[in-house]
Amino acid sequence: MHTSASMETSPARRLLAQRLMFALLRGTAAVNVLALVGICLFLVSQGLPALSWTFLTEPPRNMMTEGGIFPCIIGTALLALGSLCISFPLGVGSAVYLHEYAGRSRFAAWVRLGVNNLAGVPSVIFGLFGLSFFVTFCGLGVSLLSGMLTLAVLTLPVIISTAEEALRSVPDSYREASLGLGASKSQTIARVVLPCALPGMLTGAILAVARAAGETAAIMFTAAVFFTPKLPDSLLSPVMSLPYHMYVLATAGTEIEKTRPLQYGTGLVLIALVLGINLAAILLRDRLQQGRR
Amino acid sequence: MRLGKEDCIRYILAAVAGSSLLALAGIVVFLFLEGLPLFAAHSPFDFLGGMLWYPTEDPGLFGIFPLLVASLAVTLLSSLLAVPLGVMTAVYLNELAPPPARRVIKPFVELLAALPSVVLGFLGMVVVAPFLQDVLGAASGLNLLNASLVLAIMSVPTICSVSEDALHAVPRSLREASLALGATRWQTIRRVVVPAALSGIGTAVMLGMSRAIGETMVVLMVAGGAAMLPESILDPVRPMPASIAAEMAETPFRSEHYHALFAIGIVLFLLTLAFNVVASRIAEKHRMAGSSGL
Repeated sequence: MHTSASMETSPARRLLAQRLMFALLRGTAAVNVLALVGICLFLVSQGLPALSWTFLTEPPRNMMTEGGIFPCIIGTALLALGSLCISFPLGVGSAVYLHEYAGRSRFAAWVRLGVNNLAGVPSVIFGLFGLSFFVTFCGLGVSLLSGMLTLAVLTLPVIISTAEEALRSVPDSYREASLGLGASKSQTIARVVLPCALPGMLTGAILAVARAAGETAAIMFTAAVFFTPKLPDSLLSPVMSLPYHMYVLATAGTEIEKTRPLQYGTGLVLIALVLGINLAAILLRDRLQQGRR
Repeated sequence: MRLGKEDCIRYILAAVAGSSLLALAGIVVFLFLEGLPLFAAHSPFDFLGGMLWYPTEDPGLFGIFPLLVASLAVTLLSSLLAVPLGVMTAVYLNELAPPPARRVIKPFVELLAALPSVVLGFLGMVVVAPFLQDVLGAASGLNLLNASLVLAIMSVPTICSVSEDALHAVPRSLREASLALGATRWQTIRRVVVPAALSGIGTAVMLGMSRAIGETMVVLMVAGGAAMLPESILDPVRPMPASIAAEMAETPFRSEHYHALFAIGIVLFLLTLAFNVVASRIAEKHRMAGSSGL
């Protein structure tokens, strides 16, 4: 109340201030939209000429200066889906325990603290952990499996928090009705609660896949290699992956300028994949929310 | 024996829920296990305060002070841009936007958060770097300012969505009271809504900074990589995550250098942990009616 009294008293000036500030707020919101649209348009315009059927279906040739990115696409898909196979059951189990069983117990409080802090750990630290634990201590080496396990730990918090959110949205009356009919707690959860919460949990699973597919720092010491001549034939083979391939082409190649088209092409495939998966999650979530209303 | 079976399920689920705790504990244990051997030969003070990072010399010099300064500098500089942008976007979305605009813009913010960091780093190299060279006359386009600009884009969505939750938790009655007293909508936002949500916005800022300080690919690709104290924002720097990511592949297994990189990992982990703890403290202490949780 004590700043610039004249501005507070004159209604015309107050409204002018409001109009200016609202314009500024609209402008900042537009910056976000423009940033994303700009990034996408730029990558599409630069990357589209590099895209072709052979680019998507052939391995790199000639010291990675020609050819395609097929092994990277396969590697990224295997890493992302494999990590989901580990993190989804663990995450859903944790969420069921936290929401349906533990309530406000001390152990649950510790688990929640752990999940929150795990979510804040930088991805390069997951990489170091994967290197020292999965790669070295467990003896899995730089491999698909090490990468999947590292990414599973990294995406666990996303799965747990969305799964718990989904469980929270199941009305208590459903549980009471089932228990009232004589079902046990585990039967209620398996037959009533989980089927209702499953679509919401899928949103989390999709988000986790997208996160794992775009992740670089966590797999650069644990799973990814510059180049491997063959597709992975076991869980213990090292793999190529889109994000790491892109990083290597852009920074470590001998002919960085010459491979620019490949870099733009790889970037375009990567964001199309990651943003496409995310968009699917957003659309699914919106449909669920609409259905609930 | 139904009761026995129910108990079994309960314990199995509890064990599964323990996996996150176990993972966090594992991260701490293995970071320290591989990082602490460095301090057998080098004092922690020389490590944290040393000005020279020459890990491949013989004997190696492991002073991370320039890396630490670089990490803090890119984080602070990026938050100068990301905090106003993120908070103002949140204010727009929660206070101003008509529902259709909100439905369109919010997914854009979420998708911005989903952009893979390696793609943003790449754009920093091919778009921002030439721009900085041509317009500001920087010796190299890969520098502190470039890294901060790209990191800002990465932390805006975090800051925006957590701030939005905080604004959303401000009770309607506060706004109505202010409007009824004759305040304009802008005065209500500035004097009532934002101050009421300030603790949640504080949480948002801390989480955004935590994300920026731990981000690896961007600083690896666009910060320039020179392990020196920056004298201007156009100097190349080497933040901590960049050093870990760039050097780990080339260092011999369990050499002093290898342990030093894990020791940097410990410092980085503790820093982000501190940011996150402060963030959740702020969130818990000033919890408003409704939940403005993390």
